[in-house]
Amino acid sequence: MTAIPYAEALAEFEPVIGLETHVELGTASKMFCGCATEFGAEPNTQTCPVCLGLPGALPVVNETAIESTIRIGLALHCDIATWCRFARKNYFYPDMPKNFQTSQYDEPLCTDGYLDVQVKGETVRIPIERVHLEEDTGKSLHVGGATGRIHGASHSLVDYNRAGIPLVEIVTKPVTGTGAMPAEVAKAYVTELRDVLRGLGVSDVKMEQGSMRCDVNVSLNKPGQEWGTRSETKNVNSLRSVERAVRSEVERQAYVLREGGRIVQETRHFHEDTGMSTSGRSKEEATDYRNFPEPDLVPIAPDVAWVASLRAALPEAPSVRRRKLVEELGLSENDSEAMVNAGVLDVVLATVAAGASAAEARNWWLGHLAQSANAAGVDAPDLPITPAQVAEVAALVASGSLNAGLARQVVDGVLAGEGSPAEVVAARGLAIVKDEGALSAAVEAAIAADPGAAQKVRDGKVAAVGALVGSVMKATRGQADAGMARALLLEKLGVSE
Amino acid sequence: MPEAGRPTIGREEVAHLARLSRLALDDSELDRLAGQLDVILGAVAQISEVSAADVPPTSHAVPLENVTRPDVVMPSLTPAQALSGAPSEEDGRFRVPRILDEE
Repeated sequence: MTAIPYAEALAEFEPVIGLETHVELGTASKMFCGCATEFGAEPNTQTCPVCLGLPGALPVVNETAIESTIRIGLALHCDIATWCRFARKNYFYPDMPKNFQTSQYDEPLCTDGYLDVQVKGETVRIPIERVHLEEDTGKSLHVGGATGRIHGASHSLVDYNRAGIPLVEIVTKPVTGTGAMPAEVAKAYVTELRDVLRGLGVSDVKMEQGSMRCDVNVSLNKPGQEWGTRSETKNVNSLRSVERAVRSEVERQAYVLREGGRIVQETRHFHEDTGMSTSGRSKEEATDYRNFPEPDLVPIAPDVAWVASLRAALPEAPSVRRRKLVEELGLSENDSEAMVNAGVLDVVLATVAAGASAAEARNWWLGHLAQSANAAGVDAPDLPITPAQVAEVAALVASGSLNAGLARQVVDGVLAGEGSPAEVVAARGLAIVKDEGALSAAVEAAIAADPGAAQKVRDGKVAAVGALVGSVMKATRGQADAGMARALLLEKLGVSE
Repeated sequence: MPEAGRPTIGREEVAHLARLSRLALDDSELDRLAGQLDVILGAVAQISEVSAADVPPTSHAVPLENVTRPDVVMPSLTPAQALSGAPSEEDGRFRVPRILDEE
């Protein structure tokens, strides 16, 4: 593929981007039936006549899904419909056994909102076109082709556990004026949206498990000219890839346009491994879906007073909480942005609320816990440790019962499922040893084991005591009070500072 | 639907719909179905004779709103039950013919 470097492309062309984000709601049951929604269940164990599209089965709307969608709309400053209907979106593909997806067409639950995001110190307002409710599709496994792709497959296997899980689609209006940073804006938007959704508690927003997925639209035009033809890149399933997908599409389109070529309106597929997209089908006309009002579901007319009460009960927006972190806790903008990007804002706040200092909470969640999460391949907030437990460990450090190394061991014990911090401390015998009697044996052994270092210290090179302190720490599995060990060593060696 | 006259459906449109529906229709079937569908459309179009511009299209015959259920999990079918109507199955999944290479 041939491309023009990102910065150069954006010096020549103006980008217009648009994002469609699909979010699986975290309801216990499906959108139109009582089947469970558990991720990773054995294939076709969570299906029934409704979600299998068997003749005569009738759907009934999940009220929590309606409530969650309205709360999302309210958090995104949308107008909430006073009356709307579901629609049948007809298409023939085995991922929906009904041969249509129940969705919303020209009457979405929520319209005309916005989300403000911070990019490189600037506030960018992303206009929201609509938020509507639909159902997810089944999962296809393509057999016989290379690497499970459709191309070259002999047949496909379908699991309908996911079919019918409530899915919210959040569509932006075309976003103009992102200048030299459309990719960064796109990533910041999806990141902020994920935090808003997480704050609402409506979805687990796990991009790696597909509960949040993005389609990215990009077009380029010469300054002052009409918008260009857009492409839609599907399959963008990580925050990093949102940025990469916009970037590579800007670079690709700029090359085509500069060479005098034409951008085709098409669906492209993003490949996580290469960071590039490949051309898919050219877009079917919207009318081909033959949308019409769903006759098996009656209209939804959200009560105005109910919507007002949902609005009043919305949690604080992440941006507001972030400002509080910065102002009240004295954290830097950088820290705050790092926390947003790592998705740990809520747990940091909860850790502070549980009694830890802001600095301690920051250090844990951006440090050791971030590394642990990375190693385990999960998001830090999903680690099996609660903010209260982190605060408990921080308190043990503050009181002098644990040092930094021991505290990490305690946290690792909690992560390994060994119980609460207090239980791990007790079970592993992790506490700083301050007892002189208990330490003196280790001190004697350290001196005996390294006579060279001991002699240097006796000769006045006090810094050499560090090696001896190290072996005392090692002998006590990190549990010695380092200051006391040092003092004892110097005393035994007859040196005073 | 147009106000005047009646909608018509031609052979080409039937062929297009057949393609979308993954139905393989030969020429004689297209001719026959196009003719039949055109007659059906003509019959349905008689409704436009009585519908005035101020009557909104009806999507629901019953004046009901907000029929919902609480978010409670109910028992699902067993995989064996779910797959019992499938023409073909493999590894607990519905086995379907190769999907057209268009995605």
